Amino acid sequence: MTSAAPAVRPAAWDDSSSVLDFFKQSAAIAEVELKKLFRDPTELLSRAVQPTLWLVIFGQVFSRVRGIPTGNVTYLAFMTPGILAQSVLFAAIFYGIAVIWERDLGIVQKMLVSPAERSALVVGKAISAGFRGAIQAGIIYLLALVLRIGVKWNPISIAGVLCGVVLGSAIFSTFSLIIACIVKSRERFMGIGQVLTMPLFFASNAIYPLALMPRWLQVVALFNPLTYLVDALRGMMILGGQNVHGLPLDFSVMGVIFVILATIAAKLYPTLAH
Amino acid sequence: MTAETTSQNAAQDLAIETFALTRKFGEMTAVDHIDLHVGHGKIFGLLGPNGAGKSTTIKILTTLLDPTSGAARVAGFDVVKNPREVRRRIGYVPQMLSADGSLTGRENLMLSGKLYGMARADRKTRIAEALEFMGISEAGNRLAKTYSGGMIRRLEVAQAMLHRPAVLFLDEPTIGLDPVARRAVWERLQDLNDQFGMTVLITTHDMDEADTLCSELAIMHRGKVSATGKPSELKAALGPEATLDDVFAHYSGGTIHEGGDYRDIRRTRSTASRLG
Repeated sequence: MTSAAPAVRPAAWDDSSSVLDFFKQSAAIAEVELKKLFRDPTELLSRAVQPTLWLVIFGQVFSRVRGIPTGNVTYLAFMTPGILAQSVLFAAIFYGIAVIWERDLGIVQKMLVSPAERSALVVGKAISAGFRGAIQAGIIYLLALVLRIGVKWNPISIAGVLCGVVLGSAIFSTFSLIIACIVKSRERFMGIGQVLTMPLFFASNAIYPLALMPRWLQVVALFNPLTYLVDALRGMMILGGQNVHGLPLDFSVMGVIFVILATIAAKLYPTLAH
Repeated sequence: MTAETTSQNAAQDLAIETFALTRKFGEMTAVDHIDLHVGHGKIFGLLGPNGAGKSTTIKILTTLLDPTSGAARVAGFDVVKNPREVRRRIGYVPQMLSADGSLTGRENLMLSGKLYGMARADRKTRIAEALEFMGISEAGNRLAKTYSGGMIRRLEVAQAMLHRPAVLFLDEPTIGLDPVARRAVWERLQDLNDQFGMTVLITTHDMDEADTLCSELAIMHRGKVSATGKPSELKAALGPEATLDDVFAHYSGGTIHEGGDYRDIRRTRSTASRLG
């Protein structure tokens, strides 16, 4: 009777844990990430360089080209939400590197041996990426102030922009996590990360309107989450900025994409320990 | 007795049991039909050269990897059917240095406490106790990257014992540590075993460690268990003068087997260099 008895699963043991646990675990992961971020804020500062260059140099020059139809806003104002979305993308897309690093250290394995929800481990990372995105937004607002770009300063607009930025960061960081789970090495990840960022950026409405693109590229851009992020930000952030798809559609598309990506990532995350 | 209580009682007899446990990676069989039986309160050593399948076995037992065939029960639960129940009852110290260097010792423990769902009040006392027990209370508020190798290991053991697991797994716990630090880790593990009755399973290829720490051993060679028993029994079986090194050499193919792939070696070396 000792050994070969089949495993019986007593009904009293319920495998589901409460939603509250899920949030507590996600928050614990996010809290740790933020602590680390503020202990070494050099990354945040270096992340400010690129958007500054885009707005100050690229933006100033292209403002003189009057061939890009931007409605009744200046080109610089038109591209500002695009550059915010870009810096969100660039900050989040390399998130997977940190996860591969944690895997090599055994931190990922240790978390996977804990009873924490796999999805909470993924969502916790996404929340901390969202927070980084919000800091990027702060930098862009500061630049807008210096460059006298016409942004909406009312609290509701700013809150809306922050929501969009957090959601966008969550999407791209989770996407990055999925790639990390597949490639599992930093070298391969760097290559793929480099290859992905530029197409995502250019096949979007970040620095020119969709209407200006050839038909095939418009179709590609419609499958690009960045397009919806830029569209949402453009409507909420800029005085006279035009939102093409409508905020409910933008946010719904992003929400659905995030849920799908987070589900995939939670399934793949345990394979990091193999 | 109903069928259910019978099987539960049977399961409670042993801390770890495996039944023809097998794991293949493509054509390679890393773990080949192993049957382990580890009683409660034992310090059990899984020995073997690099690439013998020790780490793969520990990954299956800690629910990180599913077996290809066979079954394993840890702390009374099946690792495939009830992974969450297993996870609640085990602690794990990976071979690599898994404490987060950019967090303080206390913050590392805090994270573990939260992931294991400990109540706030409970967490605080447990963390203080764990730091005290492992002899690193004073360093609790320092970043873990300022710790010595031995302190990091003790912090990791503190993390793994925080929720009072029934079974503690350690993969090469003292690899790369100097003799003094090694002895300190051994003493702490022995105390955990004595005071809390924790079952401890370690993998090692250090015969000194196996001899000092373990009450029972299983020697693995090319995915199979080639011998099991108490250290004294294993030695006696080979002759009156035999050392554990002789036992190891005898059961792992008679020669020093150059096992392990590039990745194994790289990981071991980088762990060792970070500790040094």
